[in-house]
Amino acid sequence: MDAAAAGAEMRGAAAKAAIRAERFAALRRNSAFISGAAILGFWVLAAIFGRVLSPFDPEFIDLEATALPPDGTYWFGTDPLGRDVFSRVMFGSRQILVMAASATVLGTVVGVALGLTAGYFKGRLDLLLMRLLEAISAIPVIVVALVAIAALGGASVPLTIVIIGFVFSPIIARTVRAAVLAEAELDYVAAARLRTEGTRHILFREILPNVMGPIIVEFTVRLGYAIFAVATLSFLGVGIEPGSPNWGSQVAENWDNIFAGEWWATLAPATAIATLAVSVNLIADGLLEAFES
Amino acid sequence: MTAPTLEVRDLDVAYTVRGLDRAVLRGVSFSVRAGEAYGLVGESGCGKSTAAYAGLRYLPRNGHVTGGSILFEGRDMLAMSDAEVRDLRTRAIAMVYQNPIAALNPTIRVGEQIAEVFRLGGASASDATARAEQALVRVQIADAGRVMRRYPHQLSGGMAQRVVIAMALANEPRLLVMDEPTTGLDATVEAEVLDLVRGLRREINTAVLFISHNLGVIRHMCDRVGVLYAGALVEEGPTSRLLSSPSHPYTVGLLRCIPRGGLHKSTDRLDTIPGTPPPLGADLPGCVFVDRCAIADDRCRTERPAATGLGAAHEVRCHHHDRAARLPRAVEAVRAGSGDGSARVGEQLLEVGHLSKVFTQDGHHVRVLNDVSVTVGVGETLGLVGESGSGKTTLAKTVLGLTAPEEGSVVRLDGKALAATLVKRDRAEVGAMQIVFQNPDQALNRRHSVTRIVARAVQRLGEVAQDAAERRAHELLSGMRVDETLHSVRPGQLSGGLKQRVAISRAFAGTPQLVVCDEPTSALDVSVQAAILNLLVDLQRAEGVSYVFITHDLGVVRYISDKIAVLYLGRVVEFGPSDVVFAGPHHPYTEALLSAVPNVDGSVRERIPLEGQVPSPSNPPSGCVLHPRCPRRAGSGVEHLCDTEEPELAEVEPGHFLRCHIPLPRLREVQVAAPTRR
Repeated sequence: MDAAAAGAEMRGAAAKAAIRAERFAALRRNSAFISGAAILGFWVLAAIFGRVLSPFDPEFIDLEATALPPDGTYWFGTDPLGRDVFSRVMFGSRQILVMAASATVLGTVVGVALGLTAGYFKGRLDLLLMRLLEAISAIPVIVVALVAIAALGGASVPLTIVIIGFVFSPIIARTVRAAVLAEAELDYVAAARLRTEGTRHILFREILPNVMGPIIVEFTVRLGYAIFAVATLSFLGVGIEPGSPNWGSQVAENWDNIFAGEWWATLAPATAIATLAVSVNLIADGLLEAFES
Repeated sequence: MTAPTLEVRDLDVAYTVRGLDRAVLRGVSFSVRAGEAYGLVGESGCGKSTAAYAGLRYLPRNGHVTGGSILFEGRDMLAMSDAEVRDLRTRAIAMVYQNPIAALNPTIRVGEQIAEVFRLGGASASDATARAEQALVRVQIADAGRVMRRYPHQLSGGMAQRVVIAMALANEPRLLVMDEPTTGLDATVEAEVLDLVRGLRREINTAVLFISHNLGVIRHMCDRVGVLYAGALVEEGPTSRLLSSPSHPYTVGLLRCIPRGGLHKSTDRLDTIPGTPPPLGADLPGCVFVDRCAIADDRCRTERPAATGLGAAHEVRCHHHDRAARLPRAVEAVRAGSGDGSARVGEQLLEVGHLSKVFTQDGHHVRVLNDVSVTVGVGETLGLVGESGSGKTTLAKTVLGLTAPEEGSVVRLDGKALAATLVKRDRAEVGAMQIVFQNPDQALNRRHSVTRIVARAVQRLGEVAQDAAERRAHELLSGMRVDETLHSVRPGQLSGGLKQRVAISRAFAGTPQLVVCDEPTSALDVSVQAAILNLLVDLQRAEGVSYVFITHDLGVVRYISDKIAVLYLGRVVEFGPSDVVFAGPHHPYTEALLSAVPNVDGSVRERIPLEGQVPSPSNPPSGCVLHPRCPRRAGSGVEHLCDTEEPELAEVEPGHFLRCHIPLPRLREVQVAAPTRR
């Protein structure tokens, strides 16, 4: 029987591989995902090569050329200090991307650890975590961050990252917990216990690989929120390196000049924030669709 | 003669998958007349549901009829407009599905749902309600008025299926399609539902199209049967004639796979059907079964066999039907030698004493196991039999240490008392008892490769290094007939049977003395089941391992067990050597269970019905827990004892234990009065 059975199985295996290939193909055909990835890709390149791609030094103040509207030399115009807006926007992508990504990675790592433990052990730990989550999600991220920064005496980039990550972690933990609750009931977990595996192995080697789908989707969704959080905090003047180009502070510095007709210095960084946030959300939508089909 | 209620002629159906048409039905023809029950039987994926649904023009979005015709009472259904088909389905056709709970709307009371069917048929609201209640009485629901006010989730599976049947019969359909109507139900409930359907058939003169994978059920329910394989009807005929003298090699093979008729592992091997069914939409120019047929020749490969009449409306599509009965076996019939792998056969291996387990649920204590005592000898198989909720799986998990039993429970392996939970047992003790789970999809980590799954178990239980563990894993898997090419794939790419072989390899990764098999074949087709059972028996002979075999299939348990323990409501009600338990005198519950099984050989025991429903373990009846339902309590002379005092599990004959107040001679007397009849 083996040859025939194996033949049939190989056909089965080929079919499964085809399904997986199709899923990636579907992702590639998914216009939301593709446009999201293209925009995000652009900003990542800008973050890495910003200095090279910018026609001017983003911090160079040219008092001869203040508040110029967009033209052939200054594509996005200049701000009231005579700095080139285009260069500042290009260069500003670095900080927001690094901060948002670091905060999300941190929140995901902590959230996954919490979610795995809560979902697997259930009981009191679970109860505590869920109540904590409800408390935190009742207050907007920005408020938590401002209060924490005030209490801890002043903002810094690392502190801002830690705070955003901390606020996100219970939300990610909730997603992971729900997935783990279902997985932990499956017999492969009992089978692992029946070969004397320790808890750590069961959590990270057995269960974790099976809940990666929801984690990836949740990570992307959170990244979108983190971009907004970082932009908002820097708009409020929190968590920035003074002087360095930064979309949030660019908007903050220039927005009251809109009424004087100088719209470009505000519009450019605001649009940048919007495109980046939208691109990440498009990617999240595409992933969700691919994982659920 | 009037036209048949449903006539399907040369029907071809294809599913469009990724832009390509894949044939799922290949020239299927059958007809169902008024008052007749026609069975469609076959293994999973053979197209039996598709055939039935296509007959109602009810196909999934990507399915379409590519040839042939469907006539309902002589009218061409394929030519009807959608509105006409809808009207036909409302007035003349009814369906009963496999999962009755899912077929009912969970947010609407049962009574309203049934009444709605009558209202659609034109009845006034009050009239509809009255008729709904009558419908429930008709399907033998006691206390119909109360059931009317319940929601579907408050019904047991059997009760819900009765409600669905009541709804199906509401408008006196001329065609009733039943798709595996009893597959999810316990044996005694299944028997009740089948009895009900048989009774109703006499009453209503409806045409019934009955789909099942269970040949025993088909034999008891259907006048005629069609056997489907790979989307083609390979054999058709009157049920008893077809099943007693099958003429297609596939039918012959299928019947040989079923453990029945007193076959026992000690002397017999089950036959199997080699190979696997062709994939969906495969190009099959000749006979559909050719790749798996032992008597196929070149003609079978190129020429599609036509239907050949064998008289008495028995037709077969096989070039060599005259030789089918002498189909060579794929597996030798007789198990040679006594071949017990261990010199210790006869010694006790596992002793479970006074084991109890209480779950706490919403503040209530539910005693799922109560004072369970059983033993398993070296190289022996203990069959655990009981209906859902009887505590079979909990017993297995408690013995394995996955959950801790109550204080005072004893689990001894090889004379040594084991700690209550896994973490307190040493590595050798854990490795000595392993399990093969019911559902291999859940039991194998879908993110790990087959090799990794088995090697990791070898590594942990055998305390060997990783590369040595991988070598051993390959040996084990190959020994279980998992081809080398499949060792690196993930379980998702394997068929159900192969997944179960991987799970068995894992259970044997250490050197287990006892392996719990928790319904290991219930999710598999019978031909695959036969191969897995053969493998388990071979392993037992080679390794001297003992099994605790949990199953609801009495044919399987009879084949594989040396001893049997029957559980009811968390109690062992009967325990003894397999042949003694089957021969009787039985515990009244065992008797009811045995009488409920529809045998494929057509023998019928007089059914001993259990009254009412299984009580909740959180509130068990006083006295003997069976007494409100016991078929032998009345007239036993010990009724007062049954009602007030729980019987002990007592040794009534050497090695035969019963938990019953009725004396053995009395049981023997009443049970002899109900002999097996043919």
